[in-house]
Amino acid sequence: MVTRRWAPARLLFLTVLLLGGSILAALSWGSVAISWRAMPTLFWQWVSGVPLSPPAMVLWEIRLPRILLAGLIGGVLAVVGASLQALLRNALADPYVLGVSSGAALGAVVGGLVSHSLHEASVTLFLCAFAGSLLTLVLLYRISSVHGLLPVQTLLLAGVVINAIFSALVLFAVALVEPSRLFGLLSWLMGSIGSADYRIVGLLFLYSLVGLILLLGRAEQLNLLTLGDESARSLGVEPERLKRLIFVVTALLTGAVVSLSGMIGFIGMMVPHALRLLIGPDHRLLLPASAVIGAAFLILADLLARSLLAPTELPVGVITALLGGPFFLYLLWQRRQGAITGD
Amino acid sequence: MTGGNRSEFRLNGAGYRYPGRADWAVRDVTLTIAPGERIGLIGPNGSGKSTLLKLLSGFLRPQQGEVQLNGSPVESMAAWQLAQQVAVVPQSVQFIFPFTVREIVAMGRLPRRLARSESWKNWLGGLPVSAGWSAEGRDDRVAVQAALADMELEPIADRSVLELSGGERQKVLLARALAQHPAILLLDEPTAALDWHHQSVVYRRVRALNEEQGATVVLVSHDLNLAALFARRLVLLDGGRIRRIGSPDEVLTQAELDALYAQSVVVDRHPSADAPRVTLKP
Repeated sequence: MVTRRWAPARLLFLTVLLLGGSILAALSWGSVAISWRAMPTLFWQWVSGVPLSPPAMVLWEIRLPRILLAGLIGGVLAVVGASLQALLRNALADPYVLGVSSGAALGAVVGGLVSHSLHEASVTLFLCAFAGSLLTLVLLYRISSVHGLLPVQTLLLAGVVINAIFSALVLFAVALVEPSRLFGLLSWLMGSIGSADYRIVGLLFLYSLVGLILLLGRAEQLNLLTLGDESARSLGVEPERLKRLIFVVTALLTGAVVSLSGMIGFIGMMVPHALRLLIGPDHRLLLPASAVIGAAFLILADLLARSLLAPTELPVGVITALLGGPFFLYLLWQRRQGAITGD
Repeated sequence: MTGGNRSEFRLNGAGYRYPGRADWAVRDVTLTIAPGERIGLIGPNGSGKSTLLKLLSGFLRPQQGEVQLNGSPVESMAAWQLAQQVAVVPQSVQFIFPFTVREIVAMGRLPRRLARSESWKNWLGGLPVSAGWSAEGRDDRVAVQAALADMELEPIADRSVLELSGGERQKVLLARALAQHPAILLLDEPTAALDWHHQSVVYRRVRALNEEQGATVVLVSHDLNLAALFARRLVLLDGGRIRRIGSPDEVLTQAELDALYAQSVVVDRHPSADAPRVTLKP
């Protein structure tokens, strides 16, 4: 069967359309409905600096920063997932499934306990989350690597167990927290976007842009890495050096995202997987497309999270897990079929 | 392509032992592979053929002695520099993602583009410019198309490699190496999964690369007849050491093979080629 794929122009058009559509939908829907026709007027209010009317406040001070933050986090998680899949040579890799997110969460909780600034964006929190995710990645790699290959079963089992251990440690740490802060902490742990301001959005944008450029600059080397170390090396890539770089960059990105929004799962696995079916596995296209689609996906998931039980807000991690978990099981089931037919 | 190939391999007492193993996989190997040679590495299972090839390709570092390419140790060369000269066809590759045949073959062009970006890097004073995101140019597309045609892969060029048979996958890896335009081609059992028609397609093409463009070819094979027909010089390995080096007639003697394979083969002449023929005793 000939592999048919979308042309890059079509891909660009459709991804931008999807992202734009999801941003508009998320701006418009919510506890206060704001029609699209009113938006230009409200936008003018905002940029011209006149005192904002209540709908304009909702739109530009609450919804837009939250949408931007959700988009950034979704994009980062999808890119991290795609990179980890190349690094670990495994299409099911995902920072959440492999326990990397819970490593980061443990780091953030420990950092928060030490610095007494739990559930607030701080450098300490972020550095501890980074250390936690890097440690988890290295541990995972050491445990499951067999002659440079990471068999699916070993990798997933190691991830599940690491996840269990770190979650237990997180709960242990949570037990030390005073009850008044418990609700905020739990909703962060389950993954939520919550409130956002433009300062954090701007910082995260610059930060993840650097990470994305570093990964994108090695897209072709990532392609080769998926064929194994020997092929990569014989075609001019130093596999060990490249792996170290990917480890550090993905851990830095995961650390930042988890310290801001807790554990949002499965985006890193679902988005690249779906995209590979449409555009193929070439990381030169896959990474940027994952960033855009990941962004649109989390914006829509966050919209669902805040409108399903409105005025109560669900943690967005609940939505992504409910969508992603069954998808993950379906992929496993499909693989089992493949194993039987010898594919 | 290398009009005047001057790439020479020199092994000085090279040895390698896998981590956690007591015995040496390759030991005390001293050998010079001249530019434009067609040489076969043969020997029983576990004699160190593939390990020796991995020492030549720079994938393994010698723990004893030295492996040099044109006077400089292979281990000290950057991977992209080595890939300018040396192409490797491994026994097999485990594909994980659905790249098409054409995409895999195009990966053989990456060393050329990396080299271009490395020269930029020098020009920019060592700034970390990377060629990891560049599109294939016209010469890349021409090279890929030629390699696909050489290996008769055009009809399946747009199929996913995950759907291919073992033999088709071997041809894809060969085409990838051809697209690399190497001065030295290292082949590890490249036709073990191919039928006779495809074996002859592969060897005709590789022989042409050797005879017309002067490329060095190093072939690892456990098939003594194939090695005898293809190589001008054979290196017989036993327990990681060189047991014998010479022309096929000098190496594939009854006495030598009796000792090595416990008297289970007969050596006579190939009916239509000037080469020895080895067959299994009934």
